[in-house]
Amino acid sequence: MSVRHGLLALLAEQPRYGYELRGEFEARTGSPLNVGQVYTTLSRLERDGCVTASGASETGQRYYQITAVGRAEVTQWFTTPVRREDRPRDELAIKLALAVGSEDVDMRAIIQAQRTDSLRALQDYTRLKVRAGAQGTDDLTWLLVLDAMVFQTEAEVRWLDHCETRLVQARRPAPLHQPAGEGAEVTR
Amino acid sequence: MSVLVLDSVVRTHGAGEGKVNALQGISLSVAPGELVAVMGPSGSGKSTLLHLAGGLDQPTSGRVLVEGTDLGGLSGKELARVRRRSVGYVFQDFNLVPALTAAENVSLPLELDGTSARKARKQALESLADVGIPELADRFPDDMSGGPQQRVAIARALVGERRLVLADEPTGALDSTTGEAVMALLRARCDAGAAGVLVTHDARHAAWADRVVFLRDGLVTDESVYRAPEEALRT
Ligand SMILES: Nc1ncnc2c1ncn2[C@@H]1O[C@H](COP(=O)(O)OP(=O)(O)O)[C@@H](O)[C@H]1O
Ligand SMILES: [Mg+2]
Repeated sequence: MSVRHGLLALLAEQPRYGYELRGEFEARTGSPLNVGQVYTTLSRLERDGCVTASGASETGQRYYQITAVGRAEVTQWFTTPVRREDRPRDELAIKLALAVGSEDVDMRAIIQAQRTDSLRALQDYTRLKVRAGAQGTDDLTWLLVLDAMVFQTEAEVRWLDHCETRLVQARRPAPLHQPAGEGAEVTR
Repeated sequence: MSVLVLDSVVRTHGAGEGKVNALQGISLSVAPGELVAVMGPSGSGKSTLLHLAGGLDQPTSGRVLVEGTDLGGLSGKELARVRRRSVGYVFQDFNLVPALTAAENVSLPLELDGTSARKARKQALESLADVGIPELADRFPDDMSGGPQQRVAIARALVGERRLVLADEPTGALDSTTGEAVMALLRARCDAGAAGVLVTHDARHAAWADRVVFLRDGLVTDESVYRAPEEALRT
């Protein structure tokens, strides 16, 4: 429910137009939202009594304001730890789990492709961090978001290393690549 | 011109039954200003690659060039000189001489190479300042914690004219923030014109590199090249 609570958190700071919410959410979290998502979420929030919409600008934009119910919900959200099982299903875990059972899929190639992709993302986040630091940006929000992405991606790479080790230990022959050397193990 | 070139490098240990193909044909070039990270399972050939690049070991076949010089064509004496003048090596366990101060550790390779003691000390102090610890020049390694010790080791690896820095798990013995600081330092030295090769198992540290090369069983299996940061968040 991160979009719902994200929008509520922004409205808890100050009332805003819908389009403003979208821009602010993207700028602060680095995570894109489509217009449809914003407006369906806002209408649900309005239905649930978490926000009220007032007036309309010349261009027909509605102005949203948080209610006491909305404030209570956002406080609850901020103070409740995020449980892993509440997050969206991890497509990668599902993909690998299914690959284990498919004889003609090269698991090591899948793992390596994913690892390379994750490393590339990590390289990008690291440069963004360095750049933010070099510019003396004291945009703590931005740095925290980048750190979160860095650590999540690192965890993914470690997990991929672990998967590969398990795979090598299980000595499952890789159909397209040559088999690993005896007793090879992932560093860690 | 590339500072380091590995051209179809093969390294085989032993013969017959016990034969180990540590590297099975690796080609890699590292340009000035470039930091390359090498990752891979243990036994995949990472340290062998670094030893060859630093002239500490010779390939079974293929060529290793440092600043255009083919290391294979050098006498032992010439090779030792290239190692002192062109190559800086950073070890996981720092490898500092405990009986020498930080400045003496850094100036040692210069003095071995015939630089006068005064000039060597001056360059050592500059190098220690570059890595952010000018005040530790006259301290002994045992009086420092791991972070500063590794900084001294990096200062030693980069003192003088050396353009190639090779680092084998340089952050392995450090906590995560100190490790990050060491990476920032390596990055800065490469941005200032050095060429670097870093062996690490830590993805967060490898991510400081321009290129990440993945080794498996002595072969490059994949490579991740840095893109412009503007593209990073569009995925
Ligand atoms: N001096 C040596 N004699 C015999 N085999 C060696 C020697 N050095 C390394 N090897 C073997 O070569 C392979 C690569 O080793 P290394 O380069 O140390 O790998 P890594 O640093 O990736 O763990 C391993 O199988 C290792 O056992
Ligand atoms: Mg090694």
